[in-house]
Amino acid sequence: MSELENELIERASRAVEQARSKGAEVAEAVASRSKHLSASVRMGEPEHLEEAGSRGLGLRVMSGKKTGLVHTSDLSDEGIALLVDDALELMRLGEDDPYAGPADPELVGDGSNYLDLDLYDSKIDSIDGEAAFKAALAGEEAARSVDPRIENSDGATFTRVSGARALVLSDGRAFSSLGSFASLVVRPIALDEGDKRRRGFYHTAARHLSDLEAPEAVGREAARRTIANLGAEKIPSGELPIVFDPDVARSMIGLVVGVLLGGSVYRGQSFLADRLGETIADSRLHLVDDPLVIRGHASRLYDGEGLRSRANTIIRDGVLESFLLDSYSARRLGMESTASASRGGSGGLAASSTNVLVRPGEMSLDELLRDTHEGLYVTQMMGFGFNSVTGDFSRGASGFRIDNGELGRPVSEITISLNLNELLNRIDAIANNVDRRSSILTPSFRVASMTVAGS
Amino acid sequence: MDTRLKSPFMSGARYVIDECFAERLLAEALSRGGDYADLFFEYAISGGFGFEDGILRSSSRSVSLGLGVRVMKGDATGYAYTEELDERAMFETARIAAQIASDGGNTPPINLAEATYEARYDVRTPTLALPGEEKRELLRRADERARQLDPRVKKVSVSLAEELRELVIATSDGIFARDRQPLVRFGVHVIVEEGNKRQSGNSGGGGRFGLEYFDEHSPESHAEEAVRHALAMLDAREAPAGNFEVVLAAGDSGILLHEAVGHGLEADFNRKKTSHYSGKIGEKVASELCTVVDDASIPGSRGSINIDDEGRVPTRATLIEGGKLAGYMQDRHSAAHFGVASTGNARREDFRSAPMPRMTNTYLMPGQSDPDEIVSSVKYGIFAKKFGGGQVDIGNGDFVFNITEGYLIEDGKITAPLKGVNLIGNGPEVMKEVVMLGNDFAASDGVWTCGKDGQSVPVGVGCPTVKIRSITVGGTAL
Repeated sequence: MSELENELIERASRAVEQARSKGAEVAEAVASRSKHLSASVRMGEPEHLEEAGSRGLGLRVMSGKKTGLVHTSDLSDEGIALLVDDALELMRLGEDDPYAGPADPELVGDGSNYLDLDLYDSKIDSIDGEAAFKAALAGEEAARSVDPRIENSDGATFTRVSGARALVLSDGRAFSSLGSFASLVVRPIALDEGDKRRRGFYHTAARHLSDLEAPEAVGREAARRTIANLGAEKIPSGELPIVFDPDVARSMIGLVVGVLLGGSVYRGQSFLADRLGETIADSRLHLVDDPLVIRGHASRLYDGEGLRSRANTIIRDGVLESFLLDSYSARRLGMESTASASRGGSGGLAASSTNVLVRPGEMSLDELLRDTHEGLYVTQMMGFGFNSVTGDFSRGASGFRIDNGELGRPVSEITISLNLNELLNRIDAIANNVDRRSSILTPSFRVASMTVAGS
Repeated sequence: MDTRLKSPFMSGARYVIDECFAERLLAEALSRGGDYADLFFEYAISGGFGFEDGILRSSSRSVSLGLGVRVMKGDATGYAYTEELDERAMFETARIAAQIASDGGNTPPINLAEATYEARYDVRTPTLALPGEEKRELLRRADERARQLDPRVKKVSVSLAEELRELVIATSDGIFARDRQPLVRFGVHVIVEEGNKRQSGNSGGGGRFGLEYFDEHSPESHAEEAVRHALAMLDAREAPAGNFEVVLAAGDSGILLHEAVGHGLEADFNRKKTSHYSGKIGEKVASELCTVVDDASIPGSRGSINIDDEGRVPTRATLIEGGKLAGYMQDRHSAAHFGVASTGNARREDFRSAPMPRMTNTYLMPGQSDPDEIVSSVKYGIFAKKFGGGQVDIGNGDFVFNITEGYLIEDGKITAPLKGVNLIGNGPEVMKEVVMLGNDFAASDGVWTCGKDGQSVPVGVGCPTVKIRSITVGGTAL
């Protein structure tokens, strides 16, 4: 275990002890510390260099069925004393919640590192401002040299972050982890007719430096995407097959997973709340939440309550098999925790997803497009048009027409709409182009038809 | 007052910040030859209460304390922050930010004098200083009212978020300013069921107030509004898809202006020529009915500020006047680029972030029309009453915003409720389609938060009843 983890365990333990000595029956603390560096360039010049460290302490206390929750970045003795007093004051203000309580100690793990998830790259902190600027410059330069129509830029940013966190429970059991992350994003701008500027972007992101794509490749891909948008126009309203690029497939899957989290389910804010065990989607759709992916963006050995992580199949061949639950939502729903508790830096607990894996199909994206006579390939969405209670979905979209199985003219300023109940059942093809750059690992998929509103 | 609400930066407190200390720290920040530096000390306490299923289920509080140091050299910024306010850590932070410059020039003497200004909000009794029981009672009142209104109400959740932010800002061009910014936000969310139909409704509000906010906006009134909204949506039908006339209700519809116009007029985008409004000052960018302002001085409004996050007193920025582009929202850096004065629109989420030009309260000014006449002038269209949120691509002006309560207008009358739907349009094109403006201006009751480059700041919006001749409605019914 690293020195930093030991220091954080020590800090969290002290807060737990203080809270317990002042009368909390249950006290759980999470301490974190991270450092980051971020370098942005624009039009070939350095624009922004930021370097800082962050730290925090979150504390949850309970007595009987009352809970208090506090967080501070002021780690002076006085700051921590105030934190503990605040926690107890809020706890006493609370009201008895029959479902409140820590996780069942029988289910809580021992904190051992039973598997190496390889989430930390020790080389990441060696990237200094100069090296970060160099990577960002190389990315932007590659994008700007692709095509003269790229005449402006929102710049390129290289970021690295690393840190550790530790959770200490009432009985002293401690869980800690160390992680790192780096990314490069390039954002070129091309001038289009009507004085419109078309933005495109592309990014690479990984826990290890060696898994990042080369800056030049990121820049070229960003430029390709930007240029492809030139001349985008509305299309007439109608019903069309929709193929989602992985960038937007990710947000569609995110909406589905969001309504399957314990909090959404017990609050009645999920259109799928009553559908456990039923067919909710086409049998092609198969979703697994897996916290144990090596180098995964959202991987972890233990959940936010100290339960050992495990993969959960959420949707099995179109059938809703499981919600993702922490122990609180599990108690409310009369179920078992799925070890999906996530404890934020500020100490609050909620069920959340980790790495969501969408089972890929057999077809390549090209084959899927060729299989689509006429339709729309959506690459970007805008806005917030989703009602989780009813499943109604309507969002701004842009992308490309699909004509005779090939990508055609760029399209913008339209909306695509369909209730998600319908949408999930209308998935009629899934490609194999899984995008691994985030915690939702999904390929493209096609929905047989959605309503497009345009001209 | 509660000890934790006492200023940690004033004399006699834990972390005394005075002009003399700030001058030394600024000198360190400029020691490698920066052109400009500023310091942003922040102590923010925020609290949250959540009432669910008839009990106070969650109570939380968070303290955030730190210093952000910014150094500028030409167009380049160096930024660093620290959460440790001991002298060693603060000087180290200044040295890190200083690295953006490297020619080690001579630092001119810095002379700070504390600025004074007119207060736009009252901080004598911030909500955080009041006993939790008083706030719990407000939540309970809303919860009880919502439950007793209608047996179809199945779930009620009520929330109260409160914040008190204390700032000390010092700049190398001589500003030393302090501010305390209170903020409160109340919200009611209900779920109703009738047969197999379920719908949700909400209501919220607040601003830079203490609990006196509730004198005029009772918890019960928010409960009533949330239940009304949810019940109205039970009979919602599929919204049409295509281009229609749309009437926007006065108040929260200002979110359309925020997206369609506001972001594109933030000066940083125009300095970099990445906005579609770049280089268009004086040109017609909206129908001549339209005058749009950004005004940080509205008493108690969620978006109001006494000083911006560079320590300047904001002026009312006229963005569009009679349809013509009049000016941008400026921070110090962009104002220098354009050779104008800063409008005091520099804002940041907290000490961990550098400031940039942001909106405060963005208003479309009222016109002459009777709002009823506006509705009755529509043969077939949409009446948009409540909104979720919106987003814009400032490069090409395309924006969307989400209607959470809308109705059909048929033969001049508001008829059937419609399922949630998005409107999508192009900012400059839609603004030219504004054909009627009501004489009924209303400001939003403070709920809106604006995001830009990952930073969130509270804002206000406002507008009269607006008629748009044609905009794309993203429904499902063809």
